[in-house]
Amino acid sequence: MSTSTRGAVAPADRAAPLDAVALRRDFPILTQEVRGKPLIYLDNAATSQKPRVVIDALREYYETTNANIHRGIHYLSEKGTAAYEDARVRVARFINAAQPHEVIFTRGTTDGINMLARAWGDENIAADDEILLTEVEHHSNLVPWQALAKRRGARLRFIPTDDAGVIDLDTYGGMLGPQTKLVAVHHVSNVLGVIAPVAEMARLAHEHGAVIAVDGAQSAPHMPVDVQALDVDFLTFSGHKMAGPTGIGILYGKEALLDAMEPAHFGGSMIRMVELESSTWADLPDKFEGGTPNIAGAIGLGVAVDYLEHVGMDAINAHARQLGSYAVNVLSDMPGVSVHGPEADGERGGVVSFTVHDLHPHDVGTVLDGEGIAIRAGHHCAQPLMRKLGVHATARASVYLYNTTDEIDRLVEGVDKAQRFFGTI
Amino acid sequence: MALDDLYREVIMDHYKRPRNRGTLDDADVVVEGANPLCGDEVTLWLEIDDGTVTGVRFAGHGCSISQASASIMTEAIEGRPLGEIDEIVQALRGMMLEGEEPNEDLLGDGIALEGVRQFPVRIKCAVLGWNTLQLGLKQFADSGGKPVEAHHRE
Repeated sequence: MSTSTRGAVAPADRAAPLDAVALRRDFPILTQEVRGKPLIYLDNAATSQKPRVVIDALREYYETTNANIHRGIHYLSEKGTAAYEDARVRVARFINAAQPHEVIFTRGTTDGINMLARAWGDENIAADDEILLTEVEHHSNLVPWQALAKRRGARLRFIPTDDAGVIDLDTYGGMLGPQTKLVAVHHVSNVLGVIAPVAEMARLAHEHGAVIAVDGAQSAPHMPVDVQALDVDFLTFSGHKMAGPTGIGILYGKEALLDAMEPAHFGGSMIRMVELESSTWADLPDKFEGGTPNIAGAIGLGVAVDYLEHVGMDAINAHARQLGSYAVNVLSDMPGVSVHGPEADGERGGVVSFTVHDLHPHDVGTVLDGEGIAIRAGHHCAQPLMRKLGVHATARASVYLYNTTDEIDRLVEGVDKAQRFFGTI
Repeated sequence: MALDDLYREVIMDHYKRPRNRGTLDDADVVVEGANPLCGDEVTLWLEIDDGTVTGVRFAGHGCSISQASASIMTEAIEGRPLGEIDEIVQALRGMMLEGEEPNEDLLGDGIALEGVRQFPVRIKCAVLGWNTLQLGLKQFADSGGKPVEAHHRE
């Protein structure tokens, strides 16, 4: 490992370690047994579990506050509006947005990227313009841009990575040019766990006048993400992967860019004045939040980010890296097991994909499920990456703040059991 | 839930020693089946002579259930008239999807797939080869018995 790499991970390493065993008690679902065994939940890249404070906040909202917001002239509507807008302030603080109205509530990462592709893309991408992506993207950060490129006659180009998903910055720099209008890149790969050098990519994109949109679905839950320090133009992420409810997510955008964009959804709440033939739009953030939003979800997400900050994002990041590295090491030591993505001491988070020789990931997943261990098996919505890796599917274990090294040891025992059951070792 | 219900000995045997694995040069039906969600793939080659399946081979990759089930299927249909094969496929689908009793006369080793019913996410793996077969034979019938190539997606 190079000195500069070590320097980059130092802040996380210095964080006071979190007490995962104690934190587990905050998550009611983790106390149960499945298949007669204590639940070991290692599918956090798909969705995280929710702490009691978030579950309570949802119930409390519906029991004490439920009303439509931004329009009622009654007590409950005022209270709900205040709670909803307070959640926006909390999320803005969580990602260090310059202003709360740069934080738009969406249904999730996929929704946010689709809104961007329509509302920003249709206005700003013209024929023969180029959109740079990587070969590692989740389908949600690929297919909306394919559709945009088709609508506008633009071109998609793919920044190559090595097999671990590491982007070569020199190659990337060489691909940028006056024709580059957008760089759309993951922050942390949902398959390989590799962390993209987003700050450097943003700097280079801006040198060429391009906009950078970052898929933060796998980063915002696990590491400090400071949109001003990274200087990204757009960031999308999902509440449900970060201890929050499903159906709520965030599209962050710089004020000037959001101001210049047309709305993505038209209807109530997003208008200033409506005539029969035409209308004008409300200011940020309402312009992008047509219709009744997911009020409870937003409030729940506000509580979730408070919870994460209370635990400490540096500590959560250090924990994910430590467990991810541990999993890479112990899985790599197993006969017949290949781990994909960066080495244990590389730029990686707590997502670990692996394949087992002569065993299909679904069979591995089924054997693990019998042991009460939840992992993901499949192509992880990243079919082009699977082809690049030369596999049809992988098994994937992904950790969060409540996972322990003991659980990783149980995972290894489960994989060993699968190998013995199928007679492959 | 016991792993042995899913991975019965018969299934493991077909997985490790697949029957009729390979291809046929002069097949009357070539049909590819895929389950894009999990990446399982099964391709079938069928020789049909005078309304009877006289030769069958399969290739593919995927989980043990999908590949073992395809192997079991080839044994169940080889040498059978097309009308009977229709009954066999219906018996398999009925057992897997409708909770019908296993019919050993029609299904042979296929009755071992009954245990997959306890694992709802794996049912698609078990029926892939059979649905692929059904589509290939339907297209063969639609073509009036001329050679066909077809593609099936779950």
